[in-house]
Amino acid sequence: MRDRNGKLNKILIIVLIIFYAVPFYILTTTSLKKDMDVSSKWKMPSYLYLNSFTNAWSKANLGHAFLNNIIILVISMTALIILGSLAAYPLARNKSRLNKFMYYLFVSAMIVPPLSILVPLYQFYSRIHAMNTFWGITLIHLTFQLPLTIFLYTGFIGTIPRELDEAALIDGCSRFGLFFKILFPLLKPVTATITIVTGVNIWNDYQFSLFFLQKSQVQTITVTLSRFFGEHANYVSWVAAGSLLGSIPMIIIYLFLQKYFISGLSSGAVKG
Amino acid sequence: MSEKYIHKKTLKDKLNSPGMLNILYVPVLILFGTFLIYPFFKGIQVSFTNWDGYSQIFKYVGFQNYKQMFADSDIVTVIYNTIVYGVGSTLFQNIFGLAFALLLCRQTKLNAVGRTFVYLPAIISPLIMGYIWYFIFQYDGGALNDIIKLFSGSQTNLLASTKANVWIITGINSFQFVGVSMVIYLAGLQNIPHDYYEAAEIDGASYWQRFLNITVPMLAPSITVAVVLNLIGGLKLFDVIWSLTNGGPGYSSCSLSTMMYQLYFAKQEAGLAASLGILMFVIITIVSVIALAGFRKREISQ
Repeated sequence: MRDRNGKLNKILIIVLIIFYAVPFYILTTTSLKKDMDVSSKWKMPSYLYLNSFTNAWSKANLGHAFLNNIIILVISMTALIILGSLAAYPLARNKSRLNKFMYYLFVSAMIVPPLSILVPLYQFYSRIHAMNTFWGITLIHLTFQLPLTIFLYTGFIGTIPRELDEAALIDGCSRFGLFFKILFPLLKPVTATITIVTGVNIWNDYQFSLFFLQKSQVQTITVTLSRFFGEHANYVSWVAAGSLLGSIPMIIIYLFLQKYFISGLSSGAVKG
Repeated sequence: MSEKYIHKKTLKDKLNSPGMLNILYVPVLILFGTFLIYPFFKGIQVSFTNWDGYSQIFKYVGFQNYKQMFADSDIVTVIYNTIVYGVGSTLFQNIFGLAFALLLCRQTKLNAVGRTFVYLPAIISPLIMGYIWYFIFQYDGGALNDIIKLFSGSQTNLLASTKANVWIITGINSFQFVGVSMVIYLAGLQNIPHDYYEAAEIDGASYWQRFLNITVPMLAPSITVAVVLNLIGGLKLFDVIWSLTNGGPGYSSCSLSTMMYQLYFAKQEAGLAASLGILMFVIITIVSVIALAGFRKREISQ
């Protein structure tokens, strides 16, 4: 009986895998077809045609968008990790009433829907000339990714034994030096998780980039693609090729680092 | 006693006290104050005006935007859609997330491949996910219509159907993010001690009894996390709707997020858009606090 169950499970899993592969299969076949080819999207074309990719790359200026994405990602992630881990240190180690309040304030900011403050933020951004700037979008990404970052860092620092701090203090280390010399190097696993989870959010962001990066020089991949789709809705193969190109970097990183994606996310999520 | 002690402290000691460390979160506090709390209160102020979004002139109109919100049948539709997106996605993602976790929890190669595939869509931009499903649901040459044509001979335009499109979008959002719930449940399942199942098996408990009396109660903390995360994500849904239907036809698949965008940028009704933002904030806060409190109560203390 156990064996039959195992077989049924296997069949179910294979069906599930196929089901999850279908959208990516359709995306691939669509991107490989010539514009005039109206054959079913289920059929792989019998010829090799890669012009949609080159068209999408040059016409949508995807190369430039990639560069913008990388710049925004690197600045945001660096600031996020520094600010988030520094803020989490007193919250985890000095649990005064004030700090407990601060912790709840920071973490509950997670439920603020970004669009609920769109109107005033937009007004504020045009006043301080932060529209269409990398620093402007970076500050917004930081604000909206910090709650999760602080939540994960505070939880993780809480699991590091306090004896370690005390030993370092006795050895003459200052409380600030202690953080950089002793604690920060120990935060590697949770930093990996945070980098991946918030990095995906920042890389894939559409709603903020759509509002605050409207000039073509600063546009990110998602904004570029949506504009491209608006202009070339009839050339589905171009849009498909662009979508595939835009997703490939994340897919590759995911396939190599999936153990961090899957195990890291869960360890952080359940501890709360 | 402690006061005397403090007086004797040198400046260096004071700088090194645990309280001094609090300056480390001041930058975050400033960021939140500037980009979250200030705009939020400013938004409340704007919601009581008839501001158009760019001119210098505007009037305070009291509660008029809020009155208009509940009188406008389109906005009522949009609120209903937002709740379907939030509650519907949460339901699907948790039922399937748990089912997939149970199916894929064993450490075999096939299970690992299964987990990789189920989680894969979660790393794709929701905007791109919308385009991918557009190729499937599109009227002319859509992949789904190819199959429907085989059986019925005619094709349907599901995305234009005002009854189906909200559920199609809910389904796509669930498809994309069910992996996140699955991962949370997988971690929860690992924390359940094996002896519980062995003891239950000896007592002759069936699979269902074991599931209902051991798995579900022991997973309660994971259920809380997954439900609250899914609710927040679903209630503020934007990208997929935008790329798939643009909120249309009419307002039939609009969510509060997409409607706000249209009001602000296409119709220059910043005041009304701001009041919709406040409404969205209130809905998300109430729903997630109720869910959090409700599910936390059911958790067993360990």
